[in-house]
Amino acid sequence: MDNRLAKPEGRVHKRTISDQQKRRDIALKRQSQGRRDLQHHARQLVSLAVPPSSSSVFEEHGAVTGHQEAEAIDIQSSESSVFGHEVDVVAEKVEGWHGDQEEDAIGVVEATRLKGTKAREWFKHQFMIPEWMVDVPSHLRKDWYVMARPSGERCLVVSSNGTTVSRLRNGCIRHCFPSALPNGSRTRESIAASQVFCILDCIYHEPQKTYYIIDMMCWRGYSLYDCNYEFRHFWITSKLEETGVLGPTSKFHRYQFSIVPVFECGKAGFQAAYDGDVPFERDGCLFLNRHAHYVLGVTPLALLWKDPVSSRYHVDTDRIGNVPAYQQIVLELQDDGTVATCDQPGVVLGSMPQDFLLKNKEHLQAGMLLKFTIGDKGLSILDGKPVTADIHYQGLANRFRAGADSVSKVLFQYAARHCPLAFSDILAAIEASDDEMDI
Amino acid sequence: MALEVTQILLNAQSPDGSVRKQAEESLKQFQEQNAAGFLLSLAHELANNDKPAESRRLAGLVLKNSLDAKDAARKAELAQAWTALNESVKGQIKSALMSTLSSNIIDARHTSSQVIAKVSAIELPQGQWPELIGILLANMSGTGAEHPAHLKQATLETLGYVCEEVSANVLAQDQVNAILTAVVQGMNIAETNNDIRLAATQALYNALGFAHSNFENSMERDYLMRVVCEATQCPDKRVRQAAFECLVSISSTYYEKLAPYMQDVFAITSKAVREDEEPVALQAIEFWSSICDEEIEIQEEYGSDFTGDSEVQYFKFVKQALPALVPLLLETLTKQEEDQDQEDAWNLAMAGGTCLGLVARAVGDDIVPLVVPYVQDNIAKPDWRCREAATYAFGSILEGPSVEQLTPLVNHALAFMLNAMKDENNQVKDTTAWTLGRIFEFLHGPNIEVPVITPNNLPQILAVLLEKISDSPNVAEKVCGALYLLAQGYEDSGSSSPLSPFLQSIIQALLVTTDREDAGDSRLRASAYETLNEIVRCSTEDTAPVIAQLLPVIMQKLNSTLDMQLNSSDDREKQNEVQALLCGVLQVIVQKLGSSEATKHVILQCADQMMAMFLRIFASRNATVHEEAMLAIGALAYVTGSDFSKYMQEFYQYLQMGLQNFEEYQVCSITVGVVGDICRALDEKILPYCDGIMAQLLQNLSSNQLHRSVKPPIFSCFGDIALAIGEQFARYLAMAMPMLQGAAQLSAQAVSQDEEMIEYYNQLRIGILEAYSGIFQGFKNKRPDLMAPYALHILQFLESIYVDTYRDEAVTKAAVGVLGDLADTLGPSASSLLKNSTFYKGFLDTCQQSDDQSLKETADWALATINRLLTT
Repeated sequence: MDNRLAKPEGRVHKRTISDQQKRRDIALKRQSQGRRDLQHHARQLVSLAVPPSSSSVFEEHGAVTGHQEAEAIDIQSSESSVFGHEVDVVAEKVEGWHGDQEEDAIGVVEATRLKGTKAREWFKHQFMIPEWMVDVPSHLRKDWYVMARPSGERCLVVSSNGTTVSRLRNGCIRHCFPSALPNGSRTRESIAASQVFCILDCIYHEPQKTYYIIDMMCWRGYSLYDCNYEFRHFWITSKLEETGVLGPTSKFHRYQFSIVPVFECGKAGFQAAYDGDVPFERDGCLFLNRHAHYVLGVTPLALLWKDPVSSRYHVDTDRIGNVPAYQQIVLELQDDGTVATCDQPGVVLGSMPQDFLLKNKEHLQAGMLLKFTIGDKGLSILDGKPVTADIHYQGLANRFRAGADSVSKVLFQYAARHCPLAFSDILAAIEASDDEMDI
Repeated sequence: MALEVTQILLNAQSPDGSVRKQAEESLKQFQEQNAAGFLLSLAHELANNDKPAESRRLAGLVLKNSLDAKDAARKAELAQAWTALNESVKGQIKSALMSTLSSNIIDARHTSSQVIAKVSAIELPQGQWPELIGILLANMSGTGAEHPAHLKQATLETLGYVCEEVSANVLAQDQVNAILTAVVQGMNIAETNNDIRLAATQALYNALGFAHSNFENSMERDYLMRVVCEATQCPDKRVRQAAFECLVSISSTYYEKLAPYMQDVFAITSKAVREDEEPVALQAIEFWSSICDEEIEIQEEYGSDFTGDSEVQYFKFVKQALPALVPLLLETLTKQEEDQDQEDAWNLAMAGGTCLGLVARAVGDDIVPLVVPYVQDNIAKPDWRCREAATYAFGSILEGPSVEQLTPLVNHALAFMLNAMKDENNQVKDTTAWTLGRIFEFLHGPNIEVPVITPNNLPQILAVLLEKISDSPNVAEKVCGALYLLAQGYEDSGSSSPLSPFLQSIIQALLVTTDREDAGDSRLRASAYETLNEIVRCSTEDTAPVIAQLLPVIMQKLNSTLDMQLNSSDDREKQNEVQALLCGVLQVIVQKLGSSEATKHVILQCADQMMAMFLRIFASRNATVHEEAMLAIGALAYVTGSDFSKYMQEFYQYLQMGLQNFEEYQVCSITVGVVGDICRALDEKILPYCDGIMAQLLQNLSSNQLHRSVKPPIFSCFGDIALAIGEQFARYLAMAMPMLQGAAQLSAQAVSQDEEMIEYYNQLRIGILEAYSGIFQGFKNKRPDLMAPYALHILQFLESIYVDTYRDEAVTKAAVGVLGDLADTLGPSASSLLKNSTFYKGFLDTCQQSDDQSLKETADWALATINRLLTT
């Protein structure tokens, strides 16, 4: 008790920082998170994340869902002659999901760890993005399907573990809701199979509160990424009919789901997609090559086309619906100060002045999205690619933007203002390809 | 059987090393050959008034150390050895000790009372030595030569020590009453001998924990309070200080009984703060700090709504005392010492400011109008004491009041504070930088709606901080703290932070600071590095290149420590400190850059070099470096994934070394965690090392020398290993399962009110459950049958968890997971067990009602898994 001037226990004068405990705590947090993720994965509680074109993800499901696998094989054997393409059946590497992590840049093990920002970051790269139709592909009739594209918000819809989540192009969650998709709600039937999940590519049409299904990437836990569009299309119609997904809404099925009618791209089909009766507001036409797999990012095997009849958005508008005097484009700043489209590799449309870059070096860096207008001198195009562009810097792009414009979009929008690709041009091309077929 | 030990004991204190060593040797030999005789000889030596004071003192000390030790295992051993002694030997020793209490030699009395308390700590809980309290109390009654004052003093001291040693339920209420009566008598104002009064007051301090029923009785309580309050007025300042210490202890133990006395206590404490000597005044302030602690805790625990019929006793003493208490505390602030920036310094100004901070937290907004005028009046005065005190007062009230109250004040004061960083006085600058840090801590960050720090003032703030980081070490250390908290407020800024444009110059300034000649003073070097850590952690995507450039700089610095010239133990200490700090920075950078795909390659490129350095550092075998390098390696393994296997051969020996470090159990615990990291990184590639690791882990579990907190993580680590190597874990089942089952039983039996033990058993259960989950999941694909023999036991363990009302949420979650894993892995072979064991329905049902989404999901999954099993 001779603590004459000793500090009483627990009293601190001008507390100073101490970081060591924080470092230990963070390490512990990482370790227990890692452990939890692996456990969850083993229990297949988190199956929201599916890497593209890799069947390794589904190994575990292969072990569990034997009957589905058999079902898939049945269909394959009976239908493969029709479709001429092998169904990507669940792989049978039963020895485990571990050990294959290096196969993909982001494997499922990493992806399942994601939350918040990182989940958004991941999901925004999971979309197949159509090019804009700048010129008409050959063999439209033979190789392509066409559909009227509903106006609305493009979403990935994922059902798993008794709930359904839709995510926008920028990765943000749009809705979280119960649905009749397999394992999409907490009802007796759907929850019974917890290893089951689905991923659909949809457009959410707000006026009707309806999800229009335009593609399907996973069904009951196995992958359709590596299946051709023809097969995916068949699967969409047959599987969705079987379940109650297309039925009326209820407490366990909050939003209506509908299939968009798809036509073979002959004259009649294109006409129907272009101005036939559809229950939704149309926003152009979507062309899909029947051999195309569901690839991530921009692809020329899916094409978007609009004109004033098929879309009221056929020329880009600003936020309040006005068509700006000059075409606006969004480009990505590169390491070398040039600005380019989102294509792989990006098409360079100009470069930022050195002194501007120097002056703003604190704020600007590679990867940032910048907004430009195309000035009076326009674009000069060689071999279908712009070689020079009269672009004028406007500032930073809206922060909700997922990425830069593709070159096809720039060209399509440019053409829309100058000499648009018309309905009649496409129809003529279809007729021409009909002729070819006759020969 | 007693021997003459005087000379040996004197020799054992000889300045001559060889003499001393020989004496210690013979003492040890004596003890080993004849423990009873040894203790008896020591007791006789201590009791014998003809012996020299030095040998008596050492005899008592050795005796004491033969009865008690800090280490719990050793302590239990010693208690057992004492209990096993022959009754008559124990009797002789005890009577020798009791007789020493009347010795004229104060040292002997004092030592003896300590030894008596140690014996009582062993015997009283076992119902032995029932006459002890009676004998002691008898010493207190009567007067004259039979009962001299020094005997009473020693007896009171002994009573105090006994109360300190034994727990409250050991003494019967009538014994407690008798002790309190004797103590209060000794404290009484009528007692003229101040040594007796002091011993009595100190004894009361230790006995307060026994006095619950006495404090329930208003008459006894009034009496106790009166005696304590009177003792605060004793002419002897030692007694006054001890009496205030009693008041501090009463304020936390009997808060709800204090209301009738508060007015008097306020008068006493304020008089002491203003007029008494510093040690007494400090305790008087501590009384109010302690009341604040109580009221802050009540508010935190019960929220802000207290209804009239609330059972919670919340008297708002601080709020009531506020108008007088705040001026009292403000007065103390100008009592600074000229040079007070030393570690562990404590004086009136510090105690007063600290208390003011607690008052602000206890009352919130109400303090603001009482302090602001003081700040305004003093902050610009010519006397530095006034300026420092005003700043300190302002900084102290920044936690507690609402952001709405504080924001306008801080907006007003910020420019002034920045200017005050140029004050001529060192302490004013020190306190100003600290206050800036408090502003950043409490009024800046993502949760603050109207930010105090804006794009307009941020450049100026940083300009001032980066200029003043080169001021004297104490000021620079506070500047580092302010930068740390400023950065912390920008955590989770998304892809770009307002700090991004300045990041390079902040890092530069911090690096320069770490290299200062005087960086060893005031913890400056550590603060600078730790601030660097926070800067790295809070950096955003857009500054990743800057962090990537920092990596080679830190690696270079770490590399140069390896070649430092070590001429003294000071050099060595400095090397260790710097290495630990640099490993800490590397850990943070690895974690930061490794967590994003875009920057991961930076770490991968340097992984070889980093690992080589860590391995060289391990060679130096210092615990803290070991720990920090270990943590960094864990982070590195997480990033490199299976590539880490190339380091394993060399690293493995240090992993073992870490696992064997029982003494620095933190190191051991961290190493266990790193084993988990490596399991996840290497997967089945860890197999070649598993035999050694498992052997060591099993050995650790069986040791009673290893701190128990390491054991739950070891079980979790079993799960990590099983998950990594799958069915290969089968070879360890025969060893691991009995350990798991034993620990499961222990945790299930434990019925304890002790919160610490409840917490520990919950940790233990989590570890066991994580092990089971890992093993089930690991066996699932190839050897699901292996766990079948243990299924019944595991279900029983899960049931024991279900019925335990003290189980915590994390345990529940882990248990539900194991339930599902069991069904999932064992499949049909678990059907009949599950059919017969119906508890799982209730358990899962409860969990499905939970608000915790992830618990619900796990329960849904477990139920679905079981249902699928039972319906097919």
